[in-house]
Amino acid sequence: MKRFTKTHEWIQVENSVGTIGITEYAQEKLGDVVYADLPEVGKTVKKGEILLSLESVKAASDVYAPVSGKVVEVNAALEDKPEIVNKDAEGEGWLVKVEIIDPAELDDLLNEEDYKKLCEEEG
Amino acid sequence: MKKTALYEEHVKSGATIVEFAGWLMPLQYSTISEEVLAVRHKAGLFDVSHMGEIEITGPDTFKFVDYIVTNSYGSLEMGQIMYTAMCNEEGGVIDDLLAYNFGKNKALLVVNAANTEKDFKWIHQNAKKFDVKVENVSSQCAQLALQGPISEEILQRFVSKDLSAVGYYHFIECEVLGAKSLVSRTGYTGEDGFEIYCDPEAVASIWRELIKAGVKPAGLGARDVCRLEASYMLYGNDMDETTTPLEAGLSWVVRLDKDFIGRDALAKQKERGIERRIRGLELSSKRIARHGMLVYMGEDQIGEVTSGTLSPTIQKSIAMARLKSNVKISSEVSIDIRGRLENARVVKLPFYKGSVKRS
Repeated sequence: MKRFTKTHEWIQVENSVGTIGITEYAQEKLGDVVYADLPEVGKTVKKGEILLSLESVKAASDVYAPVSGKVVEVNAALEDKPEIVNKDAEGEGWLVKVEIIDPAELDDLLNEEDYKKLCEEEG
Repeated sequence: MKKTALYEEHVKSGATIVEFAGWLMPLQYSTISEEVLAVRHKAGLFDVSHMGEIEITGPDTFKFVDYIVTNSYGSLEMGQIMYTAMCNEEGGVIDDLLAYNFGKNKALLVVNAANTEKDFKWIHQNAKKFDVKVENVSSQCAQLALQGPISEEILQRFVSKDLSAVGYYHFIECEVLGAKSLVSRTGYTGEDGFEIYCDPEAVASIWRELIKAGVKPAGLGARDVCRLEASYMLYGNDMDETTTPLEAGLSWVVRLDKDFIGRDALAKQKERGIERRIRGLELSSKRIARHGMLVYMGEDQIGEVTSGTLSPTIQKSIAMARLKSNVKISSEVSIDIRGRLENARVVKLPFYKGSVKRS
């Protein structure tokens, strides 16, 4: 199951672990990502809190936690190749995996269709 | 919004287009770091037609240019170019520019795109007591910057005059692919290379041939990174009318032994002592310090960041900052990046020395 936030993150849930990244739309807006300031494994975040930040040539952007959870893995490949976020934002360019605390929070997120509509509105 | 004569070329090659100083300009064609590395190791081609060109002609040209800029225009030989600041009465930097010497009766000033109108007004207004004509010829000039260690070898294929005879900060008038051009050994990247000025009608074919010859198109993103690695100041970021050239790392272009607008204010400042200076910072992490972020030494705020980026060439997060003058090279400082302090070290500029031939 894949869900989206209004702040342009995606989360793909398998069992109780969610893989989180930024959307294709977000990477395009952000420009070349040159550094991913990833959290420590074990960090817990609440839904809507800053999970990590991405530095692009243009600006730094915060990535917010789509749900509350505990970080169980970060994408180590980004350390040497942060540009993967631009090349494949919704695949190889994932950012972190979190253990989801409250699966009910997923219900508040957008499905793909509604997210696409949001992007069209934002232009 | 203004477009350069190469706008369609940029769109065709898939460039990301951004607004810059009232112009629609290419930010990047591939990735910024690929473009920077092409400039560092081979050659990159920038469309810089947005730059402004102001022509000064008439018998008082020499005297007049010397009066409006901080550097010594009077010491230039014909065919030579000078980098300089232009100041107001208070010594604040109105713009930084290149002055091309065409002999006693003609000079060409190449200014920042964002400042072209302001500069033209200022220069015009100060020309009243001189026998000169001041003309904004920007719309008649397209400008390319071919930058990188193999620039000469490539450009020579399209020019009949011997480019190896053109020294650093010198220019020649010649034909490039049959189009009447001005070619100067100048640039804003730290690499050897040339800037080519020609008729906007002729620029597209030169652009296309240089790309065909293996030069990589490079956008404003790469231009900013290259200039920061080479530690060239950017007007609007590292200096503006509230800073003097002495505070902007440009003491070397201020000649207090001649008369020019702003001279007295700068002489006084020098006598009083310069309180802030541009310094280089190397961060210990890869987070990026950006314009306006505050710099601390212990608890004391000692200055602020003027420009910062992640350098693809030296693989470090680098920044220029205006710091209190007593802060020494190698000092450990910290930068407040969005609420979290990052350690940095004060380093000598430039961050990177390219292939530029200073002779």
